[in-house]
Amino acid sequence: MAADSALHDLLERSAARPEQVAVEEADGSRISCGELVRLSNRVRDRLRAVGVHPGDRVGLWLRKSIDTVAAIFGILKAGAAYVPVDPTAPPARNGYIFANCAVRAAIIEHRFAAALAGELQQAGHQPRLLLLDGAGGGRSLARCLDDLQAASPAPEVPSARPAAEDLAYILYTSGSTGRPKGVMLSHRNATSFVDWCSTTFAPAANERFSAHAPFHFDLSVLDIFLPIKHGATLVLIGEELGKDPVQLARFIAEARITSWYSAPSILSLLVQRGRLQDHDFEPLRRVLFAGEVFPIGHLNRLRHAWPHCAYYNLYGPTETNVCTFFALPAQIEDDRLDPYPIGRVCAQLTGLVIDEQGRTVAAGADGELCIAGPHVMQGYWGQPEQTERAFHVTPDGRRWYKTGDIVALDGQGDFAYLGRRDRMIKKRGYRVELDEIEACLYRHAAIHEAAVVALPHDELGQLVKAHLALRGADRMSIIQLKRFCAEHLPTYMIPDQFAFHAALPKTSTGKTDYQQLKQLG
Amino acid sequence: MTASNETAAIVKQFILAEFLPGEDPAELTPSTPLITTGILDSIATLKLVAFLEETFGISIAAHEADVEHLNTLADIAHLVDSKRGG
Repeated sequence: MAADSALHDLLERSAARPEQVAVEEADGSRISCGELVRLSNRVRDRLRAVGVHPGDRVGLWLRKSIDTVAAIFGILKAGAAYVPVDPTAPPARNGYIFANCAVRAAIIEHRFAAALAGELQQAGHQPRLLLLDGAGGGRSLARCLDDLQAASPAPEVPSARPAAEDLAYILYTSGSTGRPKGVMLSHRNATSFVDWCSTTFAPAANERFSAHAPFHFDLSVLDIFLPIKHGATLVLIGEELGKDPVQLARFIAEARITSWYSAPSILSLLVQRGRLQDHDFEPLRRVLFAGEVFPIGHLNRLRHAWPHCAYYNLYGPTETNVCTFFALPAQIEDDRLDPYPIGRVCAQLTGLVIDEQGRTVAAGADGELCIAGPHVMQGYWGQPEQTERAFHVTPDGRRWYKTGDIVALDGQGDFAYLGRRDRMIKKRGYRVELDEIEACLYRHAAIHEAAVVALPHDELGQLVKAHLALRGADRMSIIQLKRFCAEHLPTYMIPDQFAFHAALPKTSTGKTDYQQLKQLG
Repeated sequence: MTASNETAAIVKQFILAEFLPGEDPAELTPSTPLITTGILDSIATLKLVAFLEETFGISIAAHEADVEHLNTLADIAHLVDSKRGG
């Protein structure tokens, strides 16, 4: 199959059906393919007029909306890479991200502007800011462009023709050094993945795809680009609706979603609290989940509630996008105790399982999964050493991304996921480096020692607990601690629980004894 | 005690007992952020909404169960009192 060379070409394909609804919001706002083409063209022209060139980065700090989708295509058409940040994350983190990859411009909601300006000034970085009075229905973006156009017209320019290896977007994930790191993904990385989705799922033009994941999360790549490519409709689900199981269940039914994709945690919540029996989910035909292990009990209950759907477990870190997948058997296995495997490597990729010395293990033995092929990232922005460490290079010169996940081949030729080799966990599908949380805690003057552990939890999946030893006090206010963390970390990374110690337990070699801390529960 | 103060006091007791055991009550002020600090995560927010609906005999819509309406004790008291007729 011939891959599209540029990600934004996927939207131009939909020009054949200009009246088709491309994107819908939960309040019923919608934009057609033709309108989306025109609005994103205006973003492109404005970005070029304010000095954005092919190869630049452009930041996005907007609520998930039609405005955001149009901005993404506009940025790509200008030849730049989009850098979406978590709209709910603290300004310190988002300012760091924009300064770190030196965005030339940023499209942001006005309510974030003052806080961001302060952070960028501290970092000594001054991008051009396009300020929107809100985000919804594409209206705020159109108003912003109208105002700028009235003040100074932007000439119409052709869309960029990026090379396949040019960057399309940078997604920042939790970094073990205490700062988020930017995963650089190219047009080929994305189009190759979207093409794989086309082959595997064969979407129809009359389908309605959910977009549940936030746009700074890699699940959004499938959400945005697959329906656009096939002329199907993308239905945006905002943050508040996305975590309320009762309202969300009703919405999935009423919006006649045909294809669902999310982390398992919200699906577990839907099964437990969503009153699924109250609604008709007949249009839903496909359920994709990724980002963490789906507890088998909740998954089986979901399948009894939605027995007519096909289920797929998609696996892959942001660095590889999806790299393995498993189609669940049609028969529900009520007596199954183990989670389903992560499956087989996607057709255009290659997998390798290595031991700690980098030697390929025998089939069936445990080892770290490494992936090579067109979905795999170029590296981390501005971090050549971290990039180097992230890859395993075989004698033939081939570079394999080391996922950090320990797997083993089962008897059916599928990879089973066994655990992590480092201190990264998944919470609500998000990557969380426990070391980044510790680095944050160590910035507090009263904290002498900090050790963060993850404990299994039935509803949260993983519970993050911080063990602390303080300077000159036995304990401190949880409220004060959480407020401090909220200045530096996104909400999902703030520890759920804190425990106080005179001193943290140590191993015989003088290191923090994490095993003992975990046993404390 | 005004209605709002009384409502805030009841909600404060609930939040301290359910989600902040051992906390100094003086630290939980009417303006302490609760959702943006993770003191109320999504499951805790669902529990809070159920508590408010049951205790005060009101109904809270999905779009109200958000950071704008529930982030502080003052916000919560305002929402509850507006539904109880002030």
